[in-house]
Amino acid sequence: MKGLKIIVLAKQVPDTRNVGKDAMKADGTVNRAALPAIFNPEDLNALEQALQLKDRYPGTTVSLLTMGPGRAAEIIREGLYRGADDGVLLTDRAFAGSDTLATSYALAQAIKEMGEVDLIIAGRQAIDGDTAQVGPQVAEKLGFPQVTYVEKIIDSTGKHVTALRRLENGVETVKAPLPLVVTVNSSAAPCRTRNATLLMKYKHARTVTERQEASEDYLYLYDSRPYLNIREMTVNDIKAEQEQLGLSGSPTKVKKIENVVLQAKDAKVLKPVDNDIDLLMKELILSHTIG
Amino acid sequence: MANYYNDNKDLKFHLSHPLMQKIVALKERNFTDKEKFDYAPIDFEDAMDSYDRVLEVVGEICGDIIAPNAEGVDQEGPEVVDGHVNYASGTAENIKALVDAGLMGITLPRKYSGLNFPIVPYIMAADIVSRADAGFVNIWGLQDCAETLNEFASPEQKEHYLPRVCKGETMAMDLTEPDAGSDLQSVQLKATYDEKKGVWMLNGVKRFITNGDGDISLVLARSEEGTKDGRGLSMFVYDKQQGGVTVRRIEHKMGIIGSPTCELVFKNAPAELVGTRRMGLIKYVMALMNGARLGIAAQSVGVSEAAYREALDYARERQQFGKAIIEFPAVYEMLSVMKAKLDASRTLLYETARFVDVYKTYQHIAEERKLEKEERDEMKEYQRWADFFTPLAKGISSEYCNQNAYDAVQIHGGSGFMKDYPVERIYRDARITSIYEGTTQLQVVAAIRGVTTGGYLKKIREYEKADLKPELEKFRRTLISLTEDYEEAVKKVHDAEDNEFLDFHARRLVEMAGYIIMSYLLVLDTNRDNSFLRSAAVFNKIAKAEVRSRAEFIRASSLEDIGHYKYEA
Repeated sequence: MKGLKIIVLAKQVPDTRNVGKDAMKADGTVNRAALPAIFNPEDLNALEQALQLKDRYPGTTVSLLTMGPGRAAEIIREGLYRGADDGVLLTDRAFAGSDTLATSYALAQAIKEMGEVDLIIAGRQAIDGDTAQVGPQVAEKLGFPQVTYVEKIIDSTGKHVTALRRLENGVETVKAPLPLVVTVNSSAAPCRTRNATLLMKYKHARTVTERQEASEDYLYLYDSRPYLNIREMTVNDIKAEQEQLGLSGSPTKVKKIENVVLQAKDAKVLKPVDNDIDLLMKELILSHTIG
Repeated sequence: MANYYNDNKDLKFHLSHPLMQKIVALKERNFTDKEKFDYAPIDFEDAMDSYDRVLEVVGEICGDIIAPNAEGVDQEGPEVVDGHVNYASGTAENIKALVDAGLMGITLPRKYSGLNFPIVPYIMAADIVSRADAGFVNIWGLQDCAETLNEFASPEQKEHYLPRVCKGETMAMDLTEPDAGSDLQSVQLKATYDEKKGVWMLNGVKRFITNGDGDISLVLARSEEGTKDGRGLSMFVYDKQQGGVTVRRIEHKMGIIGSPTCELVFKNAPAELVGTRRMGLIKYVMALMNGARLGIAAQSVGVSEAAYREALDYARERQQFGKAIIEFPAVYEMLSVMKAKLDASRTLLYETARFVDVYKTYQHIAEERKLEKEERDEMKEYQRWADFFTPLAKGISSEYCNQNAYDAVQIHGGSGFMKDYPVERIYRDARITSIYEGTTQLQVVAAIRGVTTGGYLKKIREYEKADLKPELEKFRRTLISLTEDYEEAVKKVHDAEDNEFLDFHARRLVEMAGYIIMSYLLVLDTNRDNSFLRSAAVFNKIAKAEVRSRAEFIRASSLEDIGHYKYEA
């Protein structure tokens, strides 16, 4: 089997696991400055699945793709330290304010610029939004099949992938054709730690913008060591329609953010009939849960 | 999500010592490797940044994997299956994490896939790993043996074995036998040269071998038939893939249970000679032991750190008589003394590691080119310091580690006696540090030369001359006065011209030197970073009391006195 070309979707997120008092601003938005920026945990699980395929099938390459501000280049470096081959930072003011729809559109357009791809692996969801929508939406936009809630990618024939899905009430083994999008759960193997040699090799890896902003003395390195150049894509590098990007491409509007203490209440059992679903939808729209 | 490097700023402090500039420049031969290796440093700052980042990875693995596994490993322990060792599951997981992270050949040259780090950051990694699990550090830390191969093995042997160590194969040093413990001259394992096959064959039994089933073992064996002393012993390397050695049993130990201590049976085990015949004990084992002793000093400091932190946390949480017990003088004094001993032994550890770094690196450079006269002189000087300081560091830090573990249990009260808290394990693990790789009593035998030749005194005089902030002068005044006590005691024992009298007081004299040296080092640390002031002040008081009590003992002692202590054999 020839190696696979894998893209791992990764996001830099505020570490919401240790939220202090100043985590929210007065206007209800996340105070990113108060929370350390980390590699989204389930994206690390996704990266590990990709790296295991690379260990197993020679010729496999693993590229990271992340969308975010300039400092999200750190996500690419963290991936390189663990064994990824390269990465792309998709960054532009035009992407600011993107919801999951605009994000997945931009990501899909960027993937189209990254050449042939066999497998796209993403974490199930990010800990800042918990939507679990971006992976599946990217699949839809690219017209690829998708396998969600994966705990382990068991093997690949080069034409198919077999994967174990961890579902609410059991596990399921499925086989799906490539190209394919897979989203990975936190129950999957934890990601390997950074490797000392790779860490030292790639610690000077920078995007063009970072290099322009840096006052470091190592600028001469970037010609002799091309692998230290992290590819940056802006809106000009992808074929995208402006109105589908950023705020204008984002139908999601945040009404308010509040602290919710979850309490177990009586469950409401719905019959799988149109009328019941209709009533539920109306109730959810009325309470502004959706819509 | 703990990080055992980032949460301890004392480590960064010791890593950033001014002498590192010299050490890194020597170790990196003025940064020539950067043309050949994409992970080699470009300059001094780049190298230091790499050590810092790699230690951060060590700290992460220790906090997230090794420390959480320690309790399970202590309960499960290793077992023997079909003559070979199966590690506890946590141990296997720890090894895998460190191998994946590329942390197995830390000090080895890059041409063998090593990281080419100096001893200082390597010893720091050992310090951190020991805090996480004292038993585990033995398995990981046996990569020290590769350093001995790198020093004395043939180019072919280095090519063959060193890259394997970097890839994660574990090592062992097979020295001790049932009748050869502290006295290695009586080693009996037989090495005979098989003319037909052209290889050495090993036959016999080794005992108390840490990680005895490791992939690559250095073995001390008697190659010269009919000899009875150390000059008939040679060093061999045995490759587990060859077969011929089986594990008869694993010892049941008080502590460091995760580290398999093996009894080995050699039955026509093929092995290769390392270096020159007959030099096994005299030269190679001495080098091996010095490396291992520094490793145990690091282990002791790491365990001290663990004990201190457990005690500190408990004393803050535990409420009695309406307040946290840390508010009581009896408890806070114990804690501050623990911290002072921890800081004192750590500063001595890194001072020693720096001495070893300078001289070992010169030794390696001497293999590549002829050293200039100044370089040779400097190498010899640092080698002397390393030889004097290594047994001192090992002896003192291991005793302190035991004292700190004892006090940590004491602070826990009845709870500390139960298996419910980590201090119980730490207490058991600490106990071996002052025994193996030479008991404290044997460290004194090695260190006493530093007293009799005036070596320690010379170093003390150097420390004495340092530029200090005015507020630290009072500590120097105390130490100058203590040095007079030390000199008087040394003179008295020397003038008696009696070896038994010297042996009798040897530990006292070595410890007097040790207290003065550590107290100076803490004052110098405080001069560079005021956060050490507490420990410098506390330790200065301890040093005064301890040096004076020993001085008094020796003042009042005479040759006739020894009779009151002696026994018939």
